[in-house]
Amino acid sequence: MVDTVDKQTNGKSKEVLTDCEVINNRDGYSFHSFFADIGALSSFTLRFFREAIRPPYEFNEFLRQSYLIGVKSFGLVGITGFIMGLVLTIQSRPTLAVFGAEAWLPAMVAISIVREIGPVITAVICAGKVGSSIGAELASMKVTEQIDAMEVSGINPFNYIVVTRVLACTFMIPLLTVFADAIGLLGGFAGVNIKGDTSFSLYFLQVFNSLDFMDLFPSLIKSFFFGQAVGIIGCYKGYNCNEGTEGVGKAANSAVVMASLSIFIIDMVAVQITSFFM
Amino acid sequence: MEEKTILADPIPQEKESKEAVVDIKGLKKTFGSKKVLKSITLTLAKGENLVVLGKSGTGKSVLIKCMMRLIQPDEGEIQVLGKNILQLKEKELNDMRKSIGFLFQSAALYDSMTVGENLEFPLRGEKKVSVEEKSKRVVEALQNVGLQDSINKMPSELSGGMRKRIGLARTMMLKPKIMLYDEPTTGLDPITSKEISKLILDVQKKYNTSSIIITHDMECARITANRIIILKEGEVAIEGTYEELKKSEDEWIRSFFE
Ligand SMILES: Nc1ncnc2c1ncn2[C@@H]1O[C@H](COP(=O)(O)OP(=O)(O)OP(=O)(O)O)[C@@H](O)[C@H]1O
Ligand SMILES: [Mg+2]
Repeated sequence: MVDTVDKQTNGKSKEVLTDCEVINNRDGYSFHSFFADIGALSSFTLRFFREAIRPPYEFNEFLRQSYLIGVKSFGLVGITGFIMGLVLTIQSRPTLAVFGAEAWLPAMVAISIVREIGPVITAVICAGKVGSSIGAELASMKVTEQIDAMEVSGINPFNYIVVTRVLACTFMIPLLTVFADAIGLLGGFAGVNIKGDTSFSLYFLQVFNSLDFMDLFPSLIKSFFFGQAVGIIGCYKGYNCNEGTEGVGKAANSAVVMASLSIFIIDMVAVQITSFFM
Repeated sequence: MEEKTILADPIPQEKESKEAVVDIKGLKKTFGSKKVLKSITLTLAKGENLVVLGKSGTGKSVLIKCMMRLIQPDEGEIQVLGKNILQLKEKELNDMRKSIGFLFQSAALYDSMTVGENLEFPLRGEKKVSVEEKSKRVVEALQNVGLQDSINKMPSELSGGMRKRIGLARTMMLKPKIMLYDEPTTGLDPITSKEISKLILDVQKKYNTSSIIITHDMECARITANRIIILKEGEVAIEGTYEELKKSEDEWIRSFFE
């Protein structure tokens, strides 16, 4: 019996656990810990904004993170975008054909990709790839006392570690989204041409005729928020890890779950807001 | 049982007159219901090497983390270089932290940086130190620990002992006035341990630092200590020089020396 307790709480008695550990130590995700989590996440977010506007600005580290987070995700996002465009087109054709509306295929694909599929798929892919790696990296820095080590040398670890990563996510995920949109439309072109025969220029003429500013702009804004959510949640889960090496895996895992969930919630809110303006 | 009065007048007279760089009074820290530090009172004189002994889990690491304010104590006063560290604002605290070197029990090297970058990291933001001066200091610090060749290695390529030594080199980059070593020789072979202990002495002489050394390694304590304190159940149970404690009749104290 004693042994099991020790295992669960890393040898500390139950009362010794800090708030955060209670949150991370749950077996089931209780309501209490859910709200405690949201509260702690909110204050973490506020702290991010406070520290972000305060010097010193870690510009080099920001660039390095942008490279790691953004540039290294282009391949994955590109492949996924292409497949989504292709599959969407192939799947939609029969339905449109019933109504004799196959000519609308490029327009429909364009609007679906730019408004919804591009931003959401990119963000979810990044939640999996970037969010988890940020969560795991920060958690392992925390448990191996690297964050404390920065603190003792008089350097603000929040500024150096968290602010740079969140900003890099905030700027790189919209960029990746634009890239995914473009590749997705190419995939759509491939899909259109599997059965029909539409020239490249005709396809893109139809695509751009169907898109207007109110398709592109809100989805870009939306992806800024997606990026911010992925960055903040990844950092929050990692930075507050208190559990030794076992906590590293948990931090990565819960970062992905929470980031993906919040992407869909933000998406839902964003759709409401845009439809209000349209 | 073991009272502080076992050894009459544990602090040699000459030490008393020396100026204290660290002065801790009535330090308390509780985690949940577990009282880790009950009431710690200690001073560290200028240029002194103070060795802290105590069984695993008695709060030695917590004690020095409180000095760095990595852990906020519940009660008590910590004066470092004449300032109450618990009342400093963030900016002053960061300046203060730069004058204290802290060697982590786990070395805490930054995994994503090379050894050279690790050493240079504490110097970032020091605008007064030029780029050449920075790389000069890196080389000097690596020479001090005898690892000049490792400058471009990643921490994952180093052995445990090498990591410890790099950690030690990194803490010396800012030329701190006070050094806090958390088990500098644990996990090292006897020869390397001895080298590290001598290095601690060298650092003390070369830069005239004052140090607190936490250790379980009696050889290290013998080499480095000017004075030893032993913690028990969250309090300073005893203090004295190595020779004094070694001669002690008390079984509990002797158990550390066997
Ligand atoms: N952040 C923390 N949260 C909760 N409990 C803690 C925390 N840090 C330390 N403790 C507890 O405080 C006690 C003292 O820990 P500390 O690390 O200071 O021991 P130590 O004397 O350094 O031991 P060792 O010689 O093994 O390093 C332990 O029981 C530990 O569980
Ligand atoms: Mg310790």
